[in-house]
Amino acid sequence: MKCKVCGGKAVISLRAYNSALCEKDFISFLENRVFKTIKKYKLINDKDKLLIAVSGGKDSLSLWYILNKLGFNADGMYIDLGIGGYSDLSLEKVKKMSDMLKRPFYTFHLNDAMGKGIEAISKKIKRTTCSACGMIKRYIMNRVCLDKGYNVIVTGHNLDDEASALMGNLLYWKEEYLWKKGMMLNEEEGHLSKKIKPLFLCSEREMAAYAVLCGIDYIYDECPFSIGAKSLFYKELLNRLEDNSPGTKLQFLKGYLKFIRQMNIEKNRREMKYCINCGYPTVSDKCNFCRIMEKYGIERNIIFEEYRPTYEVFE
Amino acid sequence: MKVEFNGKSIEIKKVSTVSKLLEELAINRETHLVIVNNRLVTEDYRFNQDDKAKIIKVVSGG
Repeated sequence: MKCKVCGGKAVISLRAYNSALCEKDFISFLENRVFKTIKKYKLINDKDKLLIAVSGGKDSLSLWYILNKLGFNADGMYIDLGIGGYSDLSLEKVKKMSDMLKRPFYTFHLNDAMGKGIEAISKKIKRTTCSACGMIKRYIMNRVCLDKGYNVIVTGHNLDDEASALMGNLLYWKEEYLWKKGMMLNEEEGHLSKKIKPLFLCSEREMAAYAVLCGIDYIYDECPFSIGAKSLFYKELLNRLEDNSPGTKLQFLKGYLKFIRQMNIEKNRREMKYCINCGYPTVSDKCNFCRIMEKYGIERNIIFEEYRPTYEVFE
Repeated sequence: MKVEFNGKSIEIKKVSTVSKLLEELAINRETHLVIVNNRLVTEDYRFNQDDKAKIIKVVSGG
């Protein structure tokens, strides 16, 4: 196959775009896609201070790299879930990227802060590991953002993550989540940071190819607790559709964005209060996180370890 | 031919192209990338005698 831009040897076929690109043009295509997404959907403004949630995987590490390359300075945040060697290796990959970008990152060690790793916590609070992990991550990401003076959390959710989540919400008509899957969640000053997903329109395959081509050292292994997760099954189904009809996933999400914009769907928001313990938005007196941790007597010593590359950071 | 797949070396019958390799292993091209001699290649790549092929899965998450 030949590169559609320069006619050189292609390294990747992009069937959704009826195209194939060489290494240089693919890297430029992907970075441009992220830049255009940020601009078109006004995800970042000049005053924003960005903190990216990094897991050590291809998406978040590549996004951290791209943002800084595009001039959107972002520091990192890693949540050590206490999953033995998997968490240790992930942390190593994050450190490596931090050194390369010369940007600091914060680490939250679940074992130190709450006396247990994610597996033990999920058992204790009687939730699946993925559900407990999601709840803790959302809370901690917001907390570190507010505590350390950032106002935007950036996540590496890609097209496949979003399409599979949307599919799950549609299949079960989860109306409370169905219309909230956009690429930005607005800030509530002092309580909730803005959340953005600049990879919303970049597929998982594109992100993996980008990481490989840019030599980004990411963790290949999957989280051991994700085996058998429903979202992986939805991804498989969507990829079967994609193989048969290239562009399906992209159209699914673009159609969704257009639909929520055109219909101006009111996000059914109940009256919001703020947690009397920590200030996190909630519908009752205490937020879900505080309520559950109190109910099951789990300590919450929320501290963040800061890793600063040895060189000075220039703003 | 030998191929590295999910971190393990596997032996499969000789195939001419990357496309055939994915077909042989019943792998969806949307969920995997193929790297030959440390370079990412497209599905029409034709294998040479001493090529070292590696298949990586791109799907992650839970």
